[in-house]
Amino acid sequence: MSAILSIRDVQLSIGDAHILKGLSFDVPSGQVTGLAGESGSGKTMMGLAICGLQPAGSSLTGSIEYDGKNLLGLPPREMNSLRGSEIAMIFQDPSASLHPMLTVGRQITDHLRHHTGIGKAEAARQAIATLGELQVPNPESALRKYPHEFSGGQLQRIAIAGAIICKPRILIADEPTTALDVTVQAELLRLLKHLCVELDLAILFVTHDLGVMSALADRIVVMRTGEIVEQGSRFDVITAPQHPYTRSLIDSLPHALSWGDQGVQP
Amino acid sequence: MTDRLLEMRNVTVGYRQPGLGFVTAVDDVSLELAGGEVLGLVGESGCGKSTLARSICGLEPLRTGTITFKGIPVNRLSLRRRPKPLVAIQMVFQNPYASLNPRRTVGSQILDGVRASVRPVRWTVAELLSEVELDAADALKYPHEFSGGQRQRIAIARAVAASPDLLIGDEAIASLDASLQAKIARLMRRLAVESGAALLFISHDLAVVRVIADDVAVMRKGVIVEHGPVSQVWDSPTHDYTKRLLAAIPVVDGLGTMPGTAA
Amino acid sequence: MAIIDATEPRRILPKIPAALRSPFGIVGLAIISIWVIAAVLAPWIAPTDPLAQIFPRLQPPGQDTLLGTDAVGRDVFSRIIYGARISLPLSVLVVVSSMVVGTVAGAIAGYLGGVVDEVIMRIADVIFAFPTIILAMVIAAALGPSLANAFIAMLVVSWPAYARVARSLVIVARQNEYVIAGRLLGSGVFRSLRRDVLPNVISPVLVLAMLNVGTAILEFSGLSFLGLGAIPPTADWGAMVADGVQQFSSWWIALFPGIAILSIVVAFNLVGDSFRDSLDPRTRNAIKTGMK
Repeated sequence: MSAILSIRDVQLSIGDAHILKGLSFDVPSGQVTGLAGESGSGKTMMGLAICGLQPAGSSLTGSIEYDGKNLLGLPPREMNSLRGSEIAMIFQDPSASLHPMLTVGRQITDHLRHHTGIGKAEAARQAIATLGELQVPNPESALRKYPHEFSGGQLQRIAIAGAIICKPRILIADEPTTALDVTVQAELLRLLKHLCVELDLAILFVTHDLGVMSALADRIVVMRTGEIVEQGSRFDVITAPQHPYTRSLIDSLPHALSWGDQGVQP
Repeated sequence: MTDRLLEMRNVTVGYRQPGLGFVTAVDDVSLELAGGEVLGLVGESGCGKSTLARSICGLEPLRTGTITFKGIPVNRLSLRRRPKPLVAIQMVFQNPYASLNPRRTVGSQILDGVRASVRPVRWTVAELLSEVELDAADALKYPHEFSGGQRQRIAIARAVAASPDLLIGDEAIASLDASLQAKIARLMRRLAVESGAALLFISHDLAVVRVIADDVAVMRKGVIVEHGPVSQVWDSPTHDYTKRLLAAIPVVDGLGTMPGTAA
Repeated sequence: MAIIDATEPRRILPKIPAALRSPFGIVGLAIISIWVIAAVLAPWIAPTDPLAQIFPRLQPPGQDTLLGTDAVGRDVFSRIIYGARISLPLSVLVVVSSMVVGTVAGAIAGYLGGVVDEVIMRIADVIFAFPTIILAMVIAAALGPSLANAFIAMLVVSWPAYARVARSLVIVARQNEYVIAGRLLGSGVFRSLRRDVLPNVISPVLVLAMLNVGTAILEFSGLSFLGLGAIPPTADWGAMVADGVQQFSSWWIALFPGIAILSIVVAFNLVGDSFRDSLDPRTRNAIKTGMK
């Protein structure tokens, strides 16, 4: 399980605002690395920076090493060829990340055809196979449908299908289950774990929900206002957190509260 | 027998969808709530729980059934001002970024709530802000100067300012960070119970409901499938759906146990 | 999902400095200011009385007068300066009035829906069915040529555009939870509109108004050109262009008022554009998910 992505001392500033203040961690393949933090911690920005999607006019320094190259120094053309094919990303709201006016088939095969040059029929075949793997019902007819015809959970599967169809090595998932019902979330977490192992993917899972972390992540990196306060194995970070911030995050979860805690608090 | 604060009898709510006819969102639901009680209403998206909450506030017309609040029937909110007795039903909404008027100071919006109260003894804006753990000086600020969690507290302060007898939280914590959710939920419970009001806490998160509710009702496709004291429903659920919901909650034990049953 | 939104949220209240944020806005504002000052100080800065027929007729610029004289020997330059006193205030007045009337009508239609909505919008549709200038002409002609009637005619044809915009904005805005919260606290319809809905939809309407001042000036000029606005011998830019067209070889009579009209229209467009650009993030979907 080699570290396929090595992030070293990454700093990001937009104007006077220091969003990321020197982050260093690894994202190994075949594992889910959880990036945990509250709103404003910068965790989403870190995910975007890996894909080269940081906001225009921001300054990004440090090294994001992938396959022996520093992604931060790559010319745009090279980055474009990596994005979507080797490094993929899925977002929180699939109805916002999928184009409402293009069919599902078109959306998940466009970049596949662009990166590999295969024909329409072959791309459709692969799309149907991928949708089937992700348990989207009736993949053949799904290709012809539009995003609004699917439920939230199905849409997220479609978004994941679009992300993995080029067989990427890295998948960045930014709060993919936060907007979903808990039963749908449970299915999706199993799915992601399965994909991680099957495809030897390096998954960077960004979320504020430590409950989800506890189920899915192998390693957890805890962020707070642009800095990493703690990182370690899932078990260590959750059962024996070293940093008081991590401890307070875990203690604030309803799961951590016992029945007797219910009642009036000062 | 305590005086029933809220009584819902055989309530059915729906709407016409072009091409599909009448779509039922709430199907023959009956519920009761007494002052000082906290009822958690749990269900997944589309189950009708928000429609139910809106109909209690008079925001949705009833197809059949009745809703009575302190003996007064709750009618649909018309173009007229809301009848004074019904102002005692207040709601906190899900989206903290849309629940406050961006053009008015936070204090003036909370003051609206104070002025709406029918009780002789009223809150002051400063008291309310301190109850929700904000500064009295924050009254002069505008909503955009606050974070999501803070805005939700302000929305709670505004609702509580009207001294409601029934406070409804419609997924009030869903948009907040996990670390804040339990805290805000407990705040709502405390403010309601301390003033003798009832709290109807709607959520898709059973774990949080467990922390603050006395009773819980599980809703699915417009129907209440299980209803009982929260410890009983949590420890010995009877309906399959409730069992599935409980099984899907991730356990924070660090062991990597996958939630939900294997499909 | 505002994941890119890592900076401070935009100012909520657009103040005049918004127009000054871009160089074009500054230029526009400067031009407008010059004309306003010219209009106010007209009696002191105009070389002669605009109605005085004291110069040789049809004299080219540069001899006795700066910009030449017209068919009856009046100073074109003085007439342009005095013309600003009519064209400018009247157009602004038309825009402000139609904005107020149209926004109120559209807001009521959007908020109440149902029959009220239908009635107001169908009236607007009827007005929309006609080309504005033709309808304005017909109304002004029917009422008789005068400044007041020109004003009424332009008001009638201009309010529907604002009504439509306001209505769509209100239909969206009234779904916001803070509007519902206001109703739950006992606000009646008008209070809800006044406090919660209108202040939050006014920005795009203001931008529309800014961009329409130029159109209003042109429309009024058109009406005057046809003799339906300012009554001769009042100095008015449109009327001056009309006169100049009859004396085509004396090019200065129509050209300079034409340039005056052009400058004001462009100025308001520049300010309006700058206003709109500075307000743009606000017209986006107001549901921000905040920083992650």
